[in-house]
Amino acid sequence: MQFLGAKYNPMIKIQDLIKSYTTAGNTFVVLKKLSFEIEAGQFVAITGRSGSGKSTLLYQLSLLDHPDSGFIEVDGVDISKLDRRERTKFRLNRLGYVFQDYALVPELTSIENVVVPLLMQGLDKKTAYKKALAALERVNLADKINNLPSQLSGGQQQRVSIARAIGHDPHILFADEPTANLDKETSENVLEIFLELNKKGQTIIMVTHEPEYAALAHRTILLDSGVITSDKRNVGHKPQD
Amino acid sequence: MKRIILSSKETLTAIRVGLFLAIRQVKRSSKWTTLLITFIMTLTFLNLVVVSGILVGLIEGATVAVRERHLGDIAISRLKEKEYIERSTKIIAAIAASPDVESYTERYLQGATVEANYKTRRRETDLVESTGTVLAGIDLLLEDKATGLSKRIVEGSYLEQGDYDKVLLGCNLLIKYLGFESTSMPALKDVAIGSKVRIKFNNITREMTVKGIIKTKVDDIDRRVYMTDSQLRSMSGRTDYNVGEIAIKIKSTANADEVKRSLVSQGLDQFATIQTFEEGEPKFLKDIKQTFAMLGSMISAIGLVVACITIFIVIFINAITRRKFIGILKGIGIDSVAIEFAYVCQSLLYALVGTLIGFVIVFAVLKPFLDAHPINFPFSDGILVATIPGTFTRAGLLFLATLIAGYIPARMVVKQNTLDAILGR
Ligand SMILES: Nc1ncnc2c1ncn2[C@@H]1O[C@H](COP(=O)(O)OP(=O)(O)OP(=O)(O)O)[C@@H](O)[C@H]1O
Ligand SMILES: [Mg+2]
Repeated sequence: MQFLGAKYNPMIKIQDLIKSYTTAGNTFVVLKKLSFEIEAGQFVAITGRSGSGKSTLLYQLSLLDHPDSGFIEVDGVDISKLDRRERTKFRLNRLGYVFQDYALVPELTSIENVVVPLLMQGLDKKTAYKKALAALERVNLADKINNLPSQLSGGQQQRVSIARAIGHDPHILFADEPTANLDKETSENVLEIFLELNKKGQTIIMVTHEPEYAALAHRTILLDSGVITSDKRNVGHKPQD
Repeated sequence: MKRIILSSKETLTAIRVGLFLAIRQVKRSSKWTTLLITFIMTLTFLNLVVVSGILVGLIEGATVAVRERHLGDIAISRLKEKEYIERSTKIIAAIAASPDVESYTERYLQGATVEANYKTRRRETDLVESTGTVLAGIDLLLEDKATGLSKRIVEGSYLEQGDYDKVLLGCNLLIKYLGFESTSMPALKDVAIGSKVRIKFNNITREMTVKGIIKTKVDDIDRRVYMTDSQLRSMSGRTDYNVGEIAIKIKSTANADEVKRSLVSQGLDQFATIQTFEEGEPKFLKDIKQTFAMLGSMISAIGLVVACITIFIVIFINAITRRKFIGILKGIGIDSVAIEFAYVCQSLLYALVGTLIGFVIVFAVLKPFLDAHPINFPFSDGILVATIPGTFTRAGLLFLATLIAGYIPARMVVKQNTLDAILGR
C-alpha cells in the first residue's frame, strides 16, 4: 500500500515489534512481533484480556517506553532515531496522553494543569492560557478552571486530563482505559468527547475493556497474549480514505 | 549557530516553566512544611553568622575595651629608656590643637604598693595585705571624656574635683572581684568603700580612703589605683609635667594613621612612642583573634554542611513523594531541565526567605541588642561582629550550598525512568 503514494498516510506504522520483561531471570515476552498501521484520523480501540499487553503496546507507541526490537514510525518519524530529549519534545508537540488515573499535578488548578505543556512549547502566557481555556471548554469544564484536582470529581478530573492531552492539538491522542474509574454516565460523556474530537480529524488510540465503547471506534484491535487475534473495522464506521 | 540560539530559547522556556511549577508548589504546599523549612533555613543562616560572629565578638569586645577604656585610637607612651614622656606639654598642646582629635587623656603613672587591713590585723605577726599596683594620676574631666571612666564605677562613686586622699581601686586588686587568691597575683580581702588603704612608693607612705571601685574588663586598668593628677604630683614631689601615657580618641571621620603622621611630622616621636591602636595591639590579641576567626569559620563550615544535608533531605523527600507527578510531567513532554529547575527554585526560595529573616534578626534585633547589652564574659563584653559584606558572603555560600543540595536530589529523581515513575514501580 505504501507504494500508492500521497493519498495513503499512516499515522503509525509498526513492524515486528517485540517487547519483553525480565523478572528474576525469567524473560516474559509481552508483545510478540506485532505489525500494523494506523491511518491518520482513525479512532482505534485496543481491547483484550487483562495482561494481554494493551498498556505495554500503548507505551511503545507513545514513546514512553523502548521496545526490544522492531520498527516504529509515528507521524512520519522513525522514533528509534530520537534521543531522550527529542522523544520528550516529540511527546510534547505531537502526542497527547490520557492516563487511567487522570494523573493531574495536585498543586496545579485545572487550567494550570492544561497550560503547562503549552508554556513548555514556548507559547506566551496569554496565548497559552487562551488555548488551555479553549481545551477546557471543549470538555465542558469552563466553570471549574480554578479548582484544584482535589476539588473535582473523578469524571471532572478525567476531563481535565483530556483537556491537557488535547490542548496543544496533538497529532495522536492516546488513552489507556480512560473510563475505568468512571461511572457509566461519565464514561459515556468521555466517549462523546472522543467522538467529537475524532469527527474533527483527531487520530485516537484508546485502550478499553468495554466492548460497547470499543464498538464506537472505527477499528478494534484485539490482543491476546501479545498477539493480535483480530483486527476489524466496525460496522457503521466508514474508513476515512 | 541556529541550534545554539534555539537551545538558549528552549532553556529560557524551561526556566519559565520551572518557575511556574515552583511557585505553585510552594504556594500550595502545606503552610507548616513551608514554615518549618524556612525556620530551618533561618537557623542555618544564624548558625553561620551568629556563632562565629559571637566568637569573634568575644575577642573584639576585649579589643574594643582596651581601645576605648585604656589606650585610645592613638596611644602615646614613654620611650623605652625614659621614665616619662618628655616634653609632655608640647605633645599635649599639639594634640589639643589637632582638629581630628575628639578627646584625649593624660595619665601620670607611678609604680607602688597598696596595703589594707594594717589596722585591723590581730597580731603584729599577721601579714599585712599588700599588692603591687600602678598609681594613675588623672585629670578627672579629660579622663572621663576620653574613656568614660566614671561609667565604669561598680561601687562607690567617681572622684570629684578637689577630692584629696581619695582613690579609685581597680577591681582586680580585690579578691571579691578577682575571684581567686594567688601568690603570684595577690589581692586585698576586706576592702570596701570608705576603707583606708596605704599607698607606698619611694619611701613615701600615705593613707587614703577608697571612694570607688572600677571595673573596665581591661586587666591593666583593673589593677590600677586612680587619684587626681595634682595629688600624685604633690605626693611624688614632681615639678615637671611629664606624664606616663596619653590616650587619644579621634573623631569618627578622622583616620588614625593620618593623625599619627601629623604628630610624627611635628617631630614628637623623638620624645615618645606614638602608635595607632592597631600598631600597639598586643600580638597575642591578634593571634587569638585569628584563632577565633578560624574557629568561627570551621563552625560555619560545619553549619554549611549540615545545611546542605538538611536541604538535600527536604528536597529529596519532596521530590520522591512527587515522583509520580514528575514522571507524568515528563510523560506529557515537560523537559527535565524545567522540572529540576522547579526544585532548585524551591530550595533557593526557602534559602532566600530564611536568609532575609536571618538578616532582619541579625541586623535589626541581635546586633543592636548586643551592642547595647553586651554579653557579660569575664574578660570582655561580648558583642556580635557581623559586617554586611561578611554576612553577604555567608549568605552567598548558603545559596551555593542550597543550589547544589537542591539540584542533586531533584536530578536523582528526575533522571529516573519516566514510565517507572508514572506507574510507581
Ligand atoms: N515491569 C514489568 N515487569 C514484568 N512484567 C511486566 C511488567 N509490566 C507488565 N508486565 C507484564 O506484561 C503483561 C502485559 O501487561 P500490560 O500492563 O500491558 O497488560 P494490559 O493488557 O494493559 O492489562 P490490563 O488490562 O490489566 O491493564 C502482563 O502479564 C504483566 O504482568
Ligand atoms: Mg493496562
